[in-house]
Amino acid sequence: MRLYFLAILLVMGSGVPGLFLRRRGGDVAAALMGLGAVLGLTAAIRVLAGGPVATLVLPAAPLATAGLLTLDPIAACFAIPVFLLSACAASYGISYWDDHQENARTLRLVLGLLAGSLAFLVVSTHALPFLLGWEGMALSAFVLVMTEDRLPEARRAGWIYLVCTHTGTLALFGAFAILYSASGHWVLSGLPRGFAATSQGTMLFVLCLFGFGLKAGVMPLHLWLPSTHAAAPSHVSAMMSGVMIKMGILGLVRLLSWIPDPPFWWGAVLMGLGALSGILGVAFALGQHDLKRLLAYHSIENIGIILLGLGLGTLGKSTGHPVLQVLGFAGALLHVLNHSLFKGLLFLAAGSVVHAVGTRNLERMGGLGRRMPWTSAAFLTGSWAISGLPPLNGFVSEWFIYLGAFRALGFFRWPWSLVVLTALALIGALAMACFAKAYGAVFLGSPRTEAAGTAHESPRSMLVPMGILAAVCAIIGLAPMLVAPALDRAVATLGESAGGPQLSLLVNLPGLTILALLMVGVAWLLWRWLKPVEQGGTLPTWDCGYAASNPRMQYTASSFADGLVAGLDWVLWPRSLGGKVAGNFPVDRPFESHVPDPVLDRLADPVFRTLSLGASLLRFLQSGQLHIYLLYVLLTLLALLLWMVA
Amino acid sequence: MSPDFLIALILLSNFTLVATSRVNKAIQIAVIQGVLLGLIPLAMGLGRHPHILFMVAAAITVKGWLIPFLLRRAIKEVQIHREVDPYIGYTVSLMLCALGTGLSLILAHVLPLKGGTQVILLVPAALATLFTGFLMLVSRRKALTQVVGYLILENGIYLFGLLLVEDMPMLVETGILLDLFVGVFVMGIVINHIRTAFDSTDTRHLAELKD
Amino acid sequence: MSQSLLSLTIQWVLHLLTLLLLPPLIPGLINKVKAVLAGRSGPPVFQLYYDLAKLARKRAVFSRTTTWVFLAGPIGTVAAGLVAGLMVPFGHTGTPLAFEGDVILFAYLFGLARFLTVLSALDTGSSFEGMGAAREVAFSALAEPALFLGFAALAKASSSLSLSTMLLGAGVGSGRIAGPLILVLVGWAIVFLTENARIPVDDPNTHLELTMIHEVMVLDHSGRPLALVLYGASLKLLVLGALLLDPLLPRAPQAWQNWLGFWVGLGVLAVAVGLVESMTARFRMTKVPQFLIAGILASAFAFLLLLV
Repeated sequence: MRLYFLAILLVMGSGVPGLFLRRRGGDVAAALMGLGAVLGLTAAIRVLAGGPVATLVLPAAPLATAGLLTLDPIAACFAIPVFLLSACAASYGISYWDDHQENARTLRLVLGLLAGSLAFLVVSTHALPFLLGWEGMALSAFVLVMTEDRLPEARRAGWIYLVCTHTGTLALFGAFAILYSASGHWVLSGLPRGFAATSQGTMLFVLCLFGFGLKAGVMPLHLWLPSTHAAAPSHVSAMMSGVMIKMGILGLVRLLSWIPDPPFWWGAVLMGLGALSGILGVAFALGQHDLKRLLAYHSIENIGIILLGLGLGTLGKSTGHPVLQVLGFAGALLHVLNHSLFKGLLFLAAGSVVHAVGTRNLERMGGLGRRMPWTSAAFLTGSWAISGLPPLNGFVSEWFIYLGAFRALGFFRWPWSLVVLTALALIGALAMACFAKAYGAVFLGSPRTEAAGTAHESPRSMLVPMGILAAVCAIIGLAPMLVAPALDRAVATLGESAGGPQLSLLVNLPGLTILALLMVGVAWLLWRWLKPVEQGGTLPTWDCGYAASNPRMQYTASSFADGLVAGLDWVLWPRSLGGKVAGNFPVDRPFESHVPDPVLDRLADPVFRTLSLGASLLRFLQSGQLHIYLLYVLLTLLALLLWMVA
Repeated sequence: MSPDFLIALILLSNFTLVATSRVNKAIQIAVIQGVLLGLIPLAMGLGRHPHILFMVAAAITVKGWLIPFLLRRAIKEVQIHREVDPYIGYTVSLMLCALGTGLSLILAHVLPLKGGTQVILLVPAALATLFTGFLMLVSRRKALTQVVGYLILENGIYLFGLLLVEDMPMLVETGILLDLFVGVFVMGIVINHIRTAFDSTDTRHLAELKD
Repeated sequence: MSQSLLSLTIQWVLHLLTLLLLPPLIPGLINKVKAVLAGRSGPPVFQLYYDLAKLARKRAVFSRTTTWVFLAGPIGTVAAGLVAGLMVPFGHTGTPLAFEGDVILFAYLFGLARFLTVLSALDTGSSFEGMGAAREVAFSALAEPALFLGFAALAKASSSLSLSTMLLGAGVGSGRIAGPLILVLVGWAIVFLTENARIPVDDPNTHLELTMIHEVMVLDHSGRPLALVLYGASLKLLVLGALLLDPLLPRAPQAWQNWLGFWVGLGVLAVAVGLVESMTARFRMTKVPQFLIAGILASAFAFLLLLV
């Protein structure tokens, strides 16, 4: 625990020296962050490898309760991505956001604060430090989103985020108050059996689902997520998508670990929300043509997959099926790690692209694979993993959840887990389509604009972090037995499966490794067979006889996705402007199509517009005179006192 | 020395405060009030608790030395010595203060508060000081006098805290002190900024910032 | 012990030989059937072997827009197909690699092959290939749930998650699940036709790029990469064909009878595909999704039947 605490301090202060240095502040920040990450990872891995669970007790009177901060296996599970991604982001930031960019020093400082708050939050097992970490995370993320505060888009994203995150915090206050009234103390620990079935338990679940779901970006509550991820600098997006939204999942996981007997419907609700987020997340991703918004919608999809796993585990916990708990919870926890790895990787690679081309619009890219081979390979690895394709890590966690869902078919009278199965299958196919679109539009074919044609590969300090993340993706995918014991420990803390089956007994992990290696071997042999005939190409692509083709005539990202978007238009409601040409000699007509966000653009925006119109009637109260404001306070105080007397 | 005697002095200092127009004198009175407040726990015979002793020392240091030091420096910088024309004149202020004190006495009588304290005047004095602080905040124009009002307001809260002094954890008390210190510190900065921005420390100018 | 080891070795060798050598025969058979029904003599049954041998000797031409991703498609298709072929049983002859949960790996290997093929199509930068790729991903998004619902039904019936038990287990042959099984097989037959780009979803012999799905994606491949593409497609026919055949094959007492049964079954399947292709026209592109949804419904009804 002392090691871990040191790591938090190092990470938190990593941006401070940069404030006083004229140059190389980024290097120092990255070095400190890296050192902190090594320490933190050591501490976390030691716990996951079976080391003792460490707790910290402060000697202050009201807080002198055991378990203020606890580094248990669940915390360790979430701490690993936090440290790994912070170090990678800091290193990436050295050249991605160097001192010439606006607000570079603030960015580094606050990135350290965000990483530190996250590391602090994951080990908090008391309401006070939990909320401290939570707010630290929320506020530092707000500052990070506002890095480019001269852009109206960034400002709008930032304010929406701030409102959402504080609404969520409000719900958490309520949830913790209920916990306090149920347990009599502020330590977040086990609740008595039977509590979950009471109306208070229901309130607790709903509040937690709202507060944590808002942070995690579960589907109807995701409204802040896409624009924030698009507006922030890419390594910040990587941190937010990779680890920050996972804190919502952490909250739900903690909630489930306090409740020994969650009701059946909790699991069903989690599964339903998971299926909704998963399918709609990937469907809306298909409609995007902003590279980072597309990735952001995929975060919503992956949160959905995690919820499917959690829901399955909860179902197992409430009905006493240890097999379901192990498979569901282990799948969810592993997917938390996996998603932070490949989504971090994807955002970093996307950042490289945006850096090189100067736009986030997919339709203005193309052909970057030739000019940025390493970034291209990194993005491909990320796409491969996020589509859940073997032999990378995304497959392993989805596999666990699939197996759990298949097993559950035999446990219940009604096939609840069929929702999980069909949702996962659909998500898998659509995610693959979406990443084929993204990778194809950005890296393949020929450049659609001049900027894309003259792009340069990023410097090494940006490529190495991507390399590290890609390597971890491959390791987990090829050798999942390395993480299985750690997952067992985490699940044992979370579920009611004392003496339950081990993960390695439920799934054949060596079989997966053998097949994966076999496939890699076959592919390598075939590659060797093809290699001697490969020649430098000087001929154009076969254009089916049309001689005057140009790069603008390539299939665009929007047209690639059009078939699916049209098939899903009953949820996506795509909007198109312009279009139809008419007459014998038609003039140029612009055409564009969008898929606006259903909750933000179609629901929240109009509602709040009306509200603010109403609120402007109260404008006269805001006189700008300090005295008048103070007078309001005084009058309120008096009114309260008189009300107490009366 | 009985605590009620000290509290009576505090009430008197309240009246003096609202009647004075000189900024330096207002600060002096606030210092005296702060020291008096610091001594009350000792007068209540609570000197045997080490944490209360610590608190007394901290309160006297912060209110008797640190804050006046900051304020006097601010005076030197902005060169303001008098509150020229307040929103509410001195006579009316005095009457309002008296009204507030009377109301406090009534309120203290009927409010459902935790009983058991031997100090009769504690609750009314706390409320009265609170009102006085507010009165100064609302009625004065110069930022410096407003800071003094804020100090007085905090003193009132502190007096309320004394009601629970034996149960109240030290963390909360030190928190209040820290809060006060930070508040004054930040206001010092703000005062300076108001001066550089508007060439005056009149808070009326802040209304120009309204959008 | 040595006896069983020997038979195990023979069974492994036969499985590998079937997997590696047999696939090109299936398109040959299908084409022969179509030719005969159309009154032509048609190419020889072994035509694809000759084509592959010829292509392996030829020089490949690469467009200047392509990168190494262009080769990932053909390689991935063959590698994934071969690995999937190790997990699927060829009749009642045992499977080299079977474990709990291999169904999901099996399905995702085909997803991987599709992903890489689509990418190598997009790598050419041609709009025709992009169009084919777009259709491929759209239709596979509907084929995937049909496949998985079928797996769910069989998993429920057999209480197992391993392909060999699900397809050949004792429970599968019993009368209780005959009804659901037929529905699953109907759903899977639709998946089989879609995945292999056969009529009525796609026409492997069409000559108009605008209407193709799978063929247009590999327009730019030549030489050895094209050989891999063709071989990979035939491999997919074999492996997915085995999935369809297995539940229908009766269990014979002798190993050689089982092998013979499987090979004959494969021949019958090829003839059946040839018959379907000769008797139906391909659908308009807009009707394909309805066809696939019919597949999903068939699998879903199979599951419902198991519940009642």
